[in-house]
Amino acid sequence: MAQQPPPVPPPLALVDAAKSFGSVKALQGVSLTLRAGEIHALCGENGAGKSTLVKMIAGVHQPDEGRIEVDGEPAVFARPADAQRAGVAVIYQEPTLFPDLSVAENIFMGRQPLARGRRIDKAAMHAASDALFARLGVRIDPARPAKGLSIADQQLIEIAKALSLQARVLVMDEPTAALSGVEVERLFTVARSLRDSGSAILFISHRFDEVFSLCDRVTVMRDGRYISTDPIGELTVDAVVRKMVGRDIAALFPKQDTEPGDTVLEVRGLTRAGVFSDVDLTVRAGEIVALAGLVGAGRSEVMRAVFGVDRYDSGTVSVNGRALPKASPAAAMAAGVALVPEDRRQQGLVMELSVERNATLTRRWPLSRFGLLRSSAEEGTAREWAERLQVKAGRLTDAVSTLSGGNQQKVVLAKWLATGPKVLIVDEPTRGIDVGTKSEVHRLLSELAGQGLAVVMVSSELPEVLGMADRVLVMHEGRISAELSRDEATEESVMYAATGQRGEAA
Amino acid sequence: MSTPTTAPSPQVQEHGGGDAKAGRRLRQVREVGILLALVLLIVVTTVVNPNFLSAQSLRDLLLGATLLTILAVGQTLVIVTRSVDLSVGSILGLTAFAVGSLFIAFPNLPIPVVAVAGVLIGAVCGAVNGALVAAARVPALVVTLGTLYVFRGVDHWLAGGRQINAADMPGPFLALGRATVLGIPVLALVAVVVVAAVGWYLSSYRSGRELYAIGSEPAAARLSGISVDRRIFAAFVANGALAGLAGVLYAARFGTLDATVGTGLELQVVAAAVVGGVAIFGGSGTVLGAALGAVLLTTIGSALPILRVDGFWQQAVVGLLILIAIGMDRLLAVRAERRLRGGESRGA
Repeated sequence: MAQQPPPVPPPLALVDAAKSFGSVKALQGVSLTLRAGEIHALCGENGAGKSTLVKMIAGVHQPDEGRIEVDGEPAVFARPADAQRAGVAVIYQEPTLFPDLSVAENIFMGRQPLARGRRIDKAAMHAASDALFARLGVRIDPARPAKGLSIADQQLIEIAKALSLQARVLVMDEPTAALSGVEVERLFTVARSLRDSGSAILFISHRFDEVFSLCDRVTVMRDGRYISTDPIGELTVDAVVRKMVGRDIAALFPKQDTEPGDTVLEVRGLTRAGVFSDVDLTVRAGEIVALAGLVGAGRSEVMRAVFGVDRYDSGTVSVNGRALPKASPAAAMAAGVALVPEDRRQQGLVMELSVERNATLTRRWPLSRFGLLRSSAEEGTAREWAERLQVKAGRLTDAVSTLSGGNQQKVVLAKWLATGPKVLIVDEPTRGIDVGTKSEVHRLLSELAGQGLAVVMVSSELPEVLGMADRVLVMHEGRISAELSRDEATEESVMYAATGQRGEAA
Repeated sequence: MSTPTTAPSPQVQEHGGGDAKAGRRLRQVREVGILLALVLLIVVTTVVNPNFLSAQSLRDLLLGATLLTILAVGQTLVIVTRSVDLSVGSILGLTAFAVGSLFIAFPNLPIPVVAVAGVLIGAVCGAVNGALVAAARVPALVVTLGTLYVFRGVDHWLAGGRQINAADMPGPFLALGRATVLGIPVLALVAVVVVAAVGWYLSSYRSGRELYAIGSEPAAARLSGISVDRRIFAAFVANGALAGLAGVLYAARFGTLDATVGTGLELQVVAAAVVGGVAIFGGSGTVLGAALGAVLLTTIGSALPILRVDGFWQQAVVGLLILIAIGMDRLLAVRAERRLRGGESRGA
């Protein structure tokens, strides 16, 4: 034996873990030690790699490099069941429930209490569910289906499920995003009692007050890398924010100065129950307005409602003073609105079709004669736009799936610019695009604004928001929490507003 | 911080909102609805022709529904996991002919051995489907559309143009097809046992509930550690075995077998399950519902000629029924969802 009593090995540790998806490095050299009897916070911006890390601990992803250790011994989590067996329970950001099954079944799936003959003991299962909910201080009928529950209630079921696992390691990925104050307090009471009984807890949250009131140590990640781990006592909110965003704002974002013209897009009191409420937004010609906020704040949902893809309950959308009818993308397009969606592979492009087909999809009717599409007209239009946007494609007849992400994005832009829009809505325009093409997309957006287009840009990348936008609207939990001018917008002020902190920029 | 919510904040909060019983009611409404339709159909037909309710014609009705019921039960196992098996008609045909061939080749083989052999052949066919769906990750619709023709091809190869007649099979086996207990056909009793057993399994065992979980939300099922592929494979094997059982019963009941037995049956089977409330996108539906759907379709088939409805219209009625069933599902689901949500959302 060693001379000194060895320290208790941590129930779970990540050692030098790395993970790539294609050419995107989601995690590089991340180490994290979760100690028994400790609540450990993980902080980082959107895209810092927190969710990838959670999925690694949960056994959904396997590290490309590095390893996971359980009680100091290397372990392989090839599938979620392996992680569960090692005592890891995860509450995901998005509830993962079975809508058709009862609440109790959702909690105990695969672990239902059994009666004689390995039969499920429904009475015991319902009683156990009631007991769990009592601990959380809520009452949900265990026999009702999960279908139709609010996000908060779904989250409570996830929490009850994790509790029932009596996990040694509990991972909570933004569990409080949808909860009310009372529920959050109850959750914390439960988390503390779990900690005191020796569980290791990893807590991910964008709410700093929660991090500081609950956690013992804080690990900060940025751009898929490990930055630091400190005891909470040695940190302040400002210090954490600085660590989260602390990087150079590259001079990559050449926004030209323009004189804003008349109001083009005007949104008043747009509300969709449970998704976003009372959103006001005006965009003038020649202006780039960024919509910043955390993932799930409702930014894309607002834009989809503006364009008419989704319904909304109340409020108005008008373009050049004329109100748009609800839920009609065709009317929005006719009024000169274009939407470059968040997910270009699923929503922006038809991956199997050629570059020219994709680029001209929005102009099928103007390009056709007697209802038949003329391929010469298609080709001409596509060629013109491919040149203007410098799309690097082998041939215009190649499938769009053969292009790189950046060039695909240009095709989506071409498709919409060909309609001659007055308002261009771009949702995460540079996600998954390499740096070089990124600045080309930025240059393009800036040029378009210079030519008098009104641009709305939804972006989770702070440098992009700060570099490109004339004005920044920040959304938090479905509401606009701040409107910042170009001068007021800093990484800190946007981050504060996005996390719902009242304090102004430090 | 978080916005004030509409929920009151006493010590214990009522959650879930809305009418929590709506979901349960939705499920019961379906089975009661089919039952009502069935009763209505029988009453109307009996008024037109009182003979419809005679013991003999009721027996015929039950016998007729037996095969479809067993197949619908098996199909439910598969559909619940968000798959579908279109090859059941071919599996039934193949096992029926194989059973007949076994009797010809080994006339002294005990009947139970032959029956088990038939079920096993069906299970092997199901295993082929299951392996292709679960391991190769090809959509079940495509896989089983392929095996529909493959199994039928094997059937044709086995038959080689021959026909097996009642005389080729042992008397006691054929008698099974006509035997009754307390006036109820034995074959129908077999179907009842199958419905009860599979229904019991699906509602009371972990692996049964996991089939529903897989169909309800495959991604969540994987995350919660369910071995999705293994369960889907097992569902296909069980469905194949039940189709094999149906093949054995077919041979016992009809005695005349050729390579076309069971052709086109698969669509009736899926129709029975859908009419019975088994959601085609998985996750919900009961074996009892599917069985009632099978009985209803069979009853329509024998009632419409008595009501002097044209053969063409019979098919149209079945089609209409499917559309009504799906439309009802949608309507009830939307209403139940609204009630479950309680009409208002919390927080923002």
